[in-house]
Amino acid sequence: MKPVVRLPGVAPLLLLFSVTVLGLLILLPLGVVFQQAFAKGLSAYIAPLLDPDAQAAIRLTLLVAAISVPLNAIFGVAAAWTVARFEFRGKTLLLALIDLPFSISPVVSGLVWVLLFGAEGWFGAMLQAWGVKIIFATTGLVLATILVTLPFVARELIPLMQAQGADEEAAALTLGASGFITFFRVTLPNIKWALIYGVLLCNARAMGEFGAVSVVSGHIRGVTDTLPLHIEALYNDYDFVGAFAVATLLASLGLVTLVVKTALEWRFADELAASRRH
Amino acid sequence: MPLEIKSLSKAFGQYPALKDVSLTAADGEFLALLGPSGSGKTTLLRILAGLEQPDSGEVLLNGEDFLSESIGARRVGMVFQHYALFRHMTVDQNIAFGLKVRPASARPNRKAIAARVDELLTLMQLEGLNRRYPSQLSGGQRQRVALARALAIEPRMLLLDEPFGALDAQVRRELRRWLRQVHDRTGVTTVFVTHDQEEALDLADRVAVLKDGALVQMGEPHQVYADPATAFVYDFLGPACRLSAVVAGDRLTVADWTNAAPPGAPSGKVELYFRPNDVSLSPADGPGFSAKVLHAGVRGASGKIECAVGEVILELEAAVSPRPAFLSRGADIRVLPNRCKLYPSAD
Repeated sequence: MKPVVRLPGVAPLLLLFSVTVLGLLILLPLGVVFQQAFAKGLSAYIAPLLDPDAQAAIRLTLLVAAISVPLNAIFGVAAAWTVARFEFRGKTLLLALIDLPFSISPVVSGLVWVLLFGAEGWFGAMLQAWGVKIIFATTGLVLATILVTLPFVARELIPLMQAQGADEEAAALTLGASGFITFFRVTLPNIKWALIYGVLLCNARAMGEFGAVSVVSGHIRGVTDTLPLHIEALYNDYDFVGAFAVATLLASLGLVTLVVKTALEWRFADELAASRRH
Repeated sequence: MPLEIKSLSKAFGQYPALKDVSLTAADGEFLALLGPSGSGKTTLLRILAGLEQPDSGEVLLNGEDFLSESIGARRVGMVFQHYALFRHMTVDQNIAFGLKVRPASARPNRKAIAARVDELLTLMQLEGLNRRYPSQLSGGQRQRVALARALAIEPRMLLLDEPFGALDAQVRRELRRWLRQVHDRTGVTTVFVTHDQEEALDLADRVAVLKDGALVQMGEPHQVYADPATAFVYDFLGPACRLSAVVAGDRLTVADWTNAAPPGAPSGKVELYFRPNDVSLSPADGPGFSAKVLHAGVRGASGKIECAVGEVILELEAAVSPRPAFLSRGADIRVLPNRCKLYPSAD
């Protein structure tokens, strides 16, 4: 146990302040979401969820996450492995690029795809000639989501893999293991929990992303609206109960993510410690 | 199996890590690579393991080209400095790993693997620890698991990188003798890297001293210790006293003392090296160069005598129980090195 130092007078104030802020900014809105959703009873809560457009939005959100999260997991492992295992020129640049989506606005992350693949974009005419639709279609939503969630997995893995070093992999190789066996039996088990942790955060963001997908979606109800976009559409229609009912789905996803994340942190504190140092 | 290394060179960018190193190890020999950090000893070991590729040179094991073999086909047992045990596997699983990953045609069956693991657990005195994870073991136990894992594949050669580096002094001494016994029992040609001269001299059949990527000296421990090839080796192998001296003709002059120069001594300005515990001390009218005692302290059976020879302060060790009367602070004494080495002066 680390010794605890209390600053007399200051400690209670700081505690009170943080609890108040937490309550006002997080618990209160969360409560409002559920209160509004159930404002007109259970049947009024369930109806918007069974609406065909809402069902389509749920399916689309799951599809986009199902494509973009695994791709990001693979990219994250590959990028982290490259950064942690090799010294090369431009490594700092690569790290900065991985972090870039954290620092640019999601709207920009969406807009770049429109500029590239939209009707007026660089490849717009070419794609139109081939009959390929990227913007205002699922492909565009996946691209925008991948870009926004790019750092999540890699950022979890890089510090851990750097801390672990390459010795275990080297040992496996000298013991006669092939590259594939080494990767699947040594590398992957060693980063397993950090990888799951990263995928979890990545998934939460992928399903909840609004800005970037809003730009590329085109807002065709029942076709290109994901859950967050569907919520906005309902809200703009003054269907508050509907909007908040669907919003409870996203809020629940957030709560589940939080619980699993906390459980992981509690169970595998040592293995995740390295990645929490950044 | 006999190992032959021929003019091996390796550079990392501009920095040469190994410079034209050639050495051999006989079948079943225990060879120490001794050198300070940055001397290239670990690089040499990693080249043998297949973890690095040399820029030029040859390595033959049992007369066959070793460098062209893949890392897995080399079948060397490597013990890493920090053991590199698989942290998510138990002791059992760690030891069995090298056997389990073999292609189906070459893999022993489950029973044979279990038997081999049991045999190694016994040899390494690890019985009862087989279900533990590396994090639940002490440093010494981890080291033995690492060794068991390396031996499980019946290696053609055993490579140890600073095997005792991460252990405390007590465990280190115990494991040292024990490692030698394991080596003698298995008879595997062993190369081990260390920066600890005492360890190398105590344990190895032969010692190769490396400095700045080059081989400085190679020989049996007693030879290397008795006749260090360079001043660096002399310094590195143990505490050393150094005095400037001059060889003119067949006469050696150290401070105010002139004597017959040893045969084969370099001429002109030289550096005289001797061990601080290998001296004869006598009163001012005795043999040797004169020195003034600055401090005479007792440390166990031997005493530390600090004395000044002109500008140079020497720290000598001598038996001081009972302490001779002439060894008092401020006294003028004579110091006669029993054995010394002369090296050409660097400047």
